[in-house]
Amino acid sequence: MRHFSRSLSVVNAALILLFASRLSASTPPRLAPDAISEICDPSTGLPMPTIPTMFDPASPPAADIETLSWLLLAICAAIFVVVQGALVHAILKYRAAKTAGDGEGEPRQVYGSNPVELAWTVIPVVIVFVLTLTSVRLIREIERTSPPENALKVVVIGHQWWWEYRYPDYGIVTANELVVPAGRPIWLELHSADVNHSWWVPQLAGKTDCIPGHPNNLWFEAERAGVFLGQCAEYCGTQHANMLLRVEAREVDGPLGFDAWVANQQQPPVDDETMRRGKEVFLAFACQSCHDIAGVSDGAFGPNLTHLMSRATIGAGVAPLDRDTLRQWIDDPQTLKPGCNMPSLKLDDAQLDAVVDYLASLR
Amino acid sequence: MSTLSTTPVRVEEGAARAVPLATRLHAWAATVDHKRLGIMYVLAGLVFFVIGGIEASIMRAQLARPGNDLVSPEVFNQLFTMHGTTMVFLVGMPILLGMGNYLIPLMIGARDMAFPRLNAFGFWLFLFGGLLLYFSYIGAQGLYGTAVAPDVGWFAYAPLTDRTFSRGNSTDYWILGIMVSGFGSIATGLNLVVTTLCMRCKGMTLMRMPLMAWMMLIVGVLVLTALGPLTAAQVMLLFDRNLGAHFFDPQEGGSAILWQHFFWFFGHPEVYILILPAFGFVSEIVPTFSRKVIFGYPLMVAATVAIGFISLSVWAHHMFAVGMGPALNAFFSAMTFMIAVPTGIKIFNWIGTMWGGRIRFASPMLFATGFVAMFVIGGLTGIMLAMVPFDWQVSDSYFVVGHFHYVLFGGTVFAIFGAIHYWYPKAFGRMLNETIAKWSFWLLFAGFNLTFFPMHISGLLGMPRRIYTFQPDRGLELWNLLSSSGVPLQAIGVTLIVWNLVRSLRKGAIAGNDPWDAWTLEWATTSPPPEHNFDTAPTVGSRRPLWDLKHPEDPDGRYE
Repeated sequence: MRHFSRSLSVVNAALILLFASRLSASTPPRLAPDAISEICDPSTGLPMPTIPTMFDPASPPAADIETLSWLLLAICAAIFVVVQGALVHAILKYRAAKTAGDGEGEPRQVYGSNPVELAWTVIPVVIVFVLTLTSVRLIREIERTSPPENALKVVVIGHQWWWEYRYPDYGIVTANELVVPAGRPIWLELHSADVNHSWWVPQLAGKTDCIPGHPNNLWFEAERAGVFLGQCAEYCGTQHANMLLRVEAREVDGPLGFDAWVANQQQPPVDDETMRRGKEVFLAFACQSCHDIAGVSDGAFGPNLTHLMSRATIGAGVAPLDRDTLRQWIDDPQTLKPGCNMPSLKLDDAQLDAVVDYLASLR
Repeated sequence: MSTLSTTPVRVEEGAARAVPLATRLHAWAATVDHKRLGIMYVLAGLVFFVIGGIEASIMRAQLARPGNDLVSPEVFNQLFTMHGTTMVFLVGMPILLGMGNYLIPLMIGARDMAFPRLNAFGFWLFLFGGLLLYFSYIGAQGLYGTAVAPDVGWFAYAPLTDRTFSRGNSTDYWILGIMVSGFGSIATGLNLVVTTLCMRCKGMTLMRMPLMAWMMLIVGVLVLTALGPLTAAQVMLLFDRNLGAHFFDPQEGGSAILWQHFFWFFGHPEVYILILPAFGFVSEIVPTFSRKVIFGYPLMVAATVAIGFISLSVWAHHMFAVGMGPALNAFFSAMTFMIAVPTGIKIFNWIGTMWGGRIRFASPMLFATGFVAMFVIGGLTGIMLAMVPFDWQVSDSYFVVGHFHYVLFGGTVFAIFGAIHYWYPKAFGRMLNETIAKWSFWLLFAGFNLTFFPMHISGLLGMPRRIYTFQPDRGLELWNLLSSSGVPLQAIGVTLIVWNLVRSLRKGAIAGNDPWDAWTLEWATTSPPPEHNFDTAPTVGSRRPLWDLKHPEDPDGRYE
């Protein structure tokens, strides 16, 4: 038995190595430089986003789950080897072709064996008992009912098909890109304005659903500065696939730091006289009834545009945000995100240019 | 000991041919014979299986590369909704209940099911429910126009199903189609319970029933327990949508989570409704082809009953990300781990049955062995998913899609194909072609693994399920391409099976009463059996009445 368990642990270790090397081989650490300039605002100065897998954690809950995953994989791989091994052995050894020489008639009929059956009842019971205890311990460790000390609170509101972020401590309202300080716990309060969504950034934490009428909480702490990707994980309608998540964990200080970002977000929107024409278009058409620009309009149905150009993407991540995509989006959002709730307002070219100029000035 | 009649009854084939087609069709439409109903169940289920498979193939084509635009998001969302709904309600349930319908009276030596007319009623409700659901492709209106199928997903989470977010009536088609076919399932469930409890032949005590009959008994109990809450929830949803009620409408004080509890209180026992009959098939096929009695019959029965009980208290493991709180998460985690034990016992007992046997790998045994191997993988990923923190990462990701396809496709569907190959000679009196059967098995086996194994990796890399397209540069391209490339292999495999089923009706070798040299009662009568099943009511003295006949010097009853 002792020899058996030792050889089992060797098998375990081998499997862990096998799986680990395969996974790391399939996750190149960084994106190609071309892709970088397309999906990341170079002004953030952050490392490029990596493949958003749970096996590259950057936050305590995600790291705990990763460690657990390897244990779980090892246990299941060991069971897999034992059971499939027994099955393959039976297939190879007891085929009729091989046993035909044993004589006439049926093989010996074995109706059961109490010790054997007891063993393969009790051993699984012990295994699942251990797994249950592990599960309970980690649930208690990860699932907090009160915010961690010194946590920054952010209210997340899922909408069909974009994310709203509110920072009650700073009076900031923004959309689709969550900017947080690295190295400080973040306490999310998850809501939904319409149907169920699920906030899932695998490198930071497991997913938690955003359910109307049932606020949830989730915490994480980015251990390094960086951009972490994810996407909505609960089917929420037509554009569920393009309800992407992007978290920027910034250093606190510096010109591109979190504090500087907060200071900028707290500013009133840029009010450039040369952009008057575009602002008039914005107010004359339906834009203002859905979108909020502080001091200009107070629509609440679509994303807040007060500091639109401080974001890297448009349409909850469907395209990098620049003047061209902004123009395409306003001209007809359905070309970038078919089925989304923003209609084309059929602006003529002059109106379109004016409103794009205006929105592009909202830094 | 046993007074079984094995005198073959000759069916006059020439006489059947002379009857006009309309009369013969009428005989099928008006039948209350459990065998004909069973065949119609399986046939209808296979038609829906092909439709659901086509839906899946279109989805895999769309997901072969990122940013593909083969189908629009609206169409894709209808496809996965219809695929899931079809495979669970119109393929899995009817085929499994239909096989039970066909086999249980034969296995327990009864003349028919306990309530033959209720049985026919159940079948037609299922069929019309399915047709009603598919009529949505012609008659329904939805958010984006007319002639649209439901697009709310097979678990139809509130409040996406609310009128506000799902205008028109496509969701009502989903509710009514499933509800109608659900009534049919309830009728069949009731019939199975009463038949196994009350219709057994002389000498067949509960502990002498074939394991398949035990499984169908528990399935019947689960159908009766689980379908009711689903139907109730669907009635409430219908009220919400059409009569201004607010059960699931959070804007008016309703609860979106309430729907999830109702749905999964049905939905998880449902998984066992879909897998227990498969366990039953395998528990019949493995002993016959290993030439050995099932290993540990009493423990198998105990495990089945245990699964029946525990499966009623694991439903919220679909809801670990909902925010139920640590206590409930821990409870459902523990219960889910617990159900792995009786399930594991079954796998060990099948391997124990093969151990020391003289295994013939005819096509039914190939599928049954494939079932055991694939189901082990699905079971192990199931254990991983019971670990709540791990589930927080992979819930609603492609890891889950991979997991349940190993259970329901590698598991249930493989077992169904095994069962069809095993009992086809009994039902039609002809053997299936073994060469075609082996080709179809290996193609299906290879295609299945190629499609569904990479899904685990896509999920671990962060790909959520139910997305009509995925982002480039997230490491998902290769795994999705692999998944899609397994589809043609599976399509050929299924086509071969269908072709084999059709051609063997005429060309198959004559089977005789007992082509596999098996031991349960259905092989004692003719193939196909006469309408009254047995000429004289059988009497049995052990779990394997035909073993006793064939080995009078060493009857089974001695060891029970």
